[in-house]
Amino acid sequence: MTTTRREFLKSASLGTGVAVLSMYVPGMGGKEAQAAGSMHTPNVWVHIADDNTITLISHMSEMGQGVHTSLPMLIAEELNVDINKVKVTTAPADPAYVNGLLGAQITGGSTSIRDAWEKLRIGGAQVRTMLIQAAANKWGVDASSLTAENGMVSGGGNSATYGSLAAAAASIPVPKDVKLKDASDFRLVGKAIPRLDAPSKVNGTAIFGIDAKVPGMVYASIEMSPVIEGKPVSFDAEAAKKMPGVIDIVAIDNGVAVVADTYWHAFSARKKIKSIKWDLGAGANLSTAEMWAGTRAAEKTVDAIKVRPDVGDAKAAIAGAAKVVKAEYMTQLMGHQQLEPTVFIADVRGDTCVLTGSTQFQQGAQGTAAAVLGIKPENVTVNTTLLGGGFGRRVCVDYAGQAAQVSKAVGRPVKILWTREDEMKNDFYRPLGLNRLEAGLDASGKPVGIKHQLTSKSITQVLFGLPKKTLDPFMVEAQVAPYNIPNTAHDLIIHDYGFRPGYLRAVSHTMNCFANESFMDELAAAAGADPVAYRLSLLQGKENERFVAVLKLAAEKAGWGRKLPKGRALGVALMEGYGTYMAQVAEVSVTGGVVKVHKVTVACDCGHTVNPGIVSQQLEGGIIYGLSGALYGDITVKNGRVEQSNFNDFRIVRQNESPEISVHLIASTEKPGGVGEPSTSLIGPAVANAIAAAAGKRVRSMPLEKGLKSA
Amino acid sequence: MAISFNLNGTTVSVQAEPDTPLLWVIRDEVGLTGTKFGCGAALCGACTVHLNGSPIRSCQTPVSAVAGKKVATVESLSADNSHPLQKAWIKHQVPQCGYCQSGQLMSATALLSKNKNPSDADIDNAMSGNLCRCGTYNRIRAAIKDAAAEMRNA
Repeated sequence: MTTTRREFLKSASLGTGVAVLSMYVPGMGGKEAQAAGSMHTPNVWVHIADDNTITLISHMSEMGQGVHTSLPMLIAEELNVDINKVKVTTAPADPAYVNGLLGAQITGGSTSIRDAWEKLRIGGAQVRTMLIQAAANKWGVDASSLTAENGMVSGGGNSATYGSLAAAAASIPVPKDVKLKDASDFRLVGKAIPRLDAPSKVNGTAIFGIDAKVPGMVYASIEMSPVIEGKPVSFDAEAAKKMPGVIDIVAIDNGVAVVADTYWHAFSARKKIKSIKWDLGAGANLSTAEMWAGTRAAEKTVDAIKVRPDVGDAKAAIAGAAKVVKAEYMTQLMGHQQLEPTVFIADVRGDTCVLTGSTQFQQGAQGTAAAVLGIKPENVTVNTTLLGGGFGRRVCVDYAGQAAQVSKAVGRPVKILWTREDEMKNDFYRPLGLNRLEAGLDASGKPVGIKHQLTSKSITQVLFGLPKKTLDPFMVEAQVAPYNIPNTAHDLIIHDYGFRPGYLRAVSHTMNCFANESFMDELAAAAGADPVAYRLSLLQGKENERFVAVLKLAAEKAGWGRKLPKGRALGVALMEGYGTYMAQVAEVSVTGGVVKVHKVTVACDCGHTVNPGIVSQQLEGGIIYGLSGALYGDITVKNGRVEQSNFNDFRIVRQNESPEISVHLIASTEKPGGVGEPSTSLIGPAVANAIAAAAGKRVRSMPLEKGLKSA
Repeated sequence: MAISFNLNGTTVSVQAEPDTPLLWVIRDEVGLTGTKFGCGAALCGACTVHLNGSPIRSCQTPVSAVAGKKVATVESLSADNSHPLQKAWIKHQVPQCGYCQSGQLMSATALLSKNKNPSDADIDNAMSGNLCRCGTYNRIRAAIKDAAAEMRNA
């Protein structure tokens, strides 16, 4: 057992004022040494305290997506305990907590429920089985004669709390085969249980990264290179050093950190650093125009990778078609802009480091800090707070390296905190994308062949070292649409335009769905067909039943086909992403150049839902997040510098611009799909299609309001 | 220098340069962390508190401007979530990440202190300065209407 785990368990136990007694971790070296105290850890997922408090050790960070409610529901379901009495803590960096769908300890990719669905129910059932066995041993009865309900094991006139049995249970080997409840016996799963974190989020007591404190902590504000990945060469810190509260001013890889007794002192002194000379690096002349020009050039010069084997012969089918439709779609660079700025605490002491704060990637934070400090990863402990939004930003763990460097330099625990301007200019940006589509229609308007080529940048090459000329699955999400078209060709061209990329909520689904679903409306228009009826005509077959169901439901609930005033119209989009099937209908009016989205109707089949209340939250939130990027948000680059600086010039949807959203979930017993991201991607094409219907202008570039000006 | 003001009903005296934003005084000096930093430019509303009952952006308010005045933060609503807006926020399951909600609640409280029956336009006017990146706007609107009804009937 590692120091990391012990330290974590000690810190995790602070909330209940007890220490670790024992634990058993499968595959982690067996039983932990006994220590005084009263917290028991039968398996990696659950602590049970003597007072019967049950704590889920969540392998997922809570960033708003509700996992600190939905994941304990899975455990509580099998443990038969009151969900409102379950506490939650976030797991330390440890191989036991690797996300099986991503192969790393990452919260993202709409994987939380999909990864936890069996894992945590098995975890709960294991603990239930162990508690019953402990009671059976104690009373000398057969385990099958006992039940575990409401925190008590009972049978044959005996009863005992889980807490009183936990120590004995924790010494029993974790059973391999446990019986899971039948879905018909679920008491919690499938119910809209109120979020366990809501109370602390309405009275100011929730602790986010920015709120975390460690004893002796000081603050740093970092003047970063104006060009991402530039480095400081020299600077004059004399005036800054004289500012109140300043402790030290230190150069780190990509900036100059001012360390002071308070954040405000650090930030104020940062403005007094003079004559900073930067080595701006290779990106100093980059512009968005150049990125687009390079992307267009790559279409002609770079060999395409097949997204899937061609079906039939799309080129020949299009050549022989009665009508050919061609279009290209452009999706802009995008920043995450979660509302809590990047913030992280590092406490470096000798060859150890404790990190505390908001992260989506505990292993990555651990590894990054270890690498910059030259220490072993297992000497780096990660304590995760609540996250003030994530959206993919906190998968990139540059902040862990920064905090570790500054803490090491000043020999104290340091909290780094970025400004909004830092955030805007030093993000990991969703790549821009150019989708080129071409289809041939027969005389009846039915498509006989389609080609879809995407040219964009590979995030996975840059961040995770995916070999070049290899298909990056995070680029081609939803590029293949469900429609029955006999001849298809789907290609990917990877072009590295040299600007820092990152995974942003829904990743490439957004660009690919924008292209596919806009193009589908363009084909329907060319065929003189209704967009919903046209789609349905291409979704024959059992394999498309779930698509048909969500499309019909969204159309029905939105009142598809009803008469609307001039300048106002409905637009539709359909997509599968993360195992979830979804359709959206947007009701939009266009007045002058201003687009108003009045209402969005969303129909969703995400398989078995754990908490439909949280599913609705995620669909609503994804739509608003997606709408901000679809209508307004734009990151542009000039001379290697991001031009946007704050929420004045990076616009996101506000209360007065927020459409009514009507969510309709389809009951299903299919395995759960992800819900954090898909709704983000359909709103762009749904709105673009509505704009085309309302204003007679087809906008083929996002952000749509900007695109509308030149359409 | 020492500056005194009334914070959530208690007089506090803080040592800070007069131009220090009230936000950082509340968070780092007094240690009440419900009030959040989002943009530092009065563009997002995460730092909203009340000054003598009116909503202000504490990131843009020097602490010297509140000397001798009354400041109220989200912690003043109630610790046990008994305020009508807190109850409505929970009933409508408003928070996702929750980071903006302290500011949203303080803007909503200021609205309802003057207007117990706000129209949609009133809500737009009072609340459009508060950004929510998780997109909880519709639930905020519904919760405000619910809380307003409770306060009218109280």
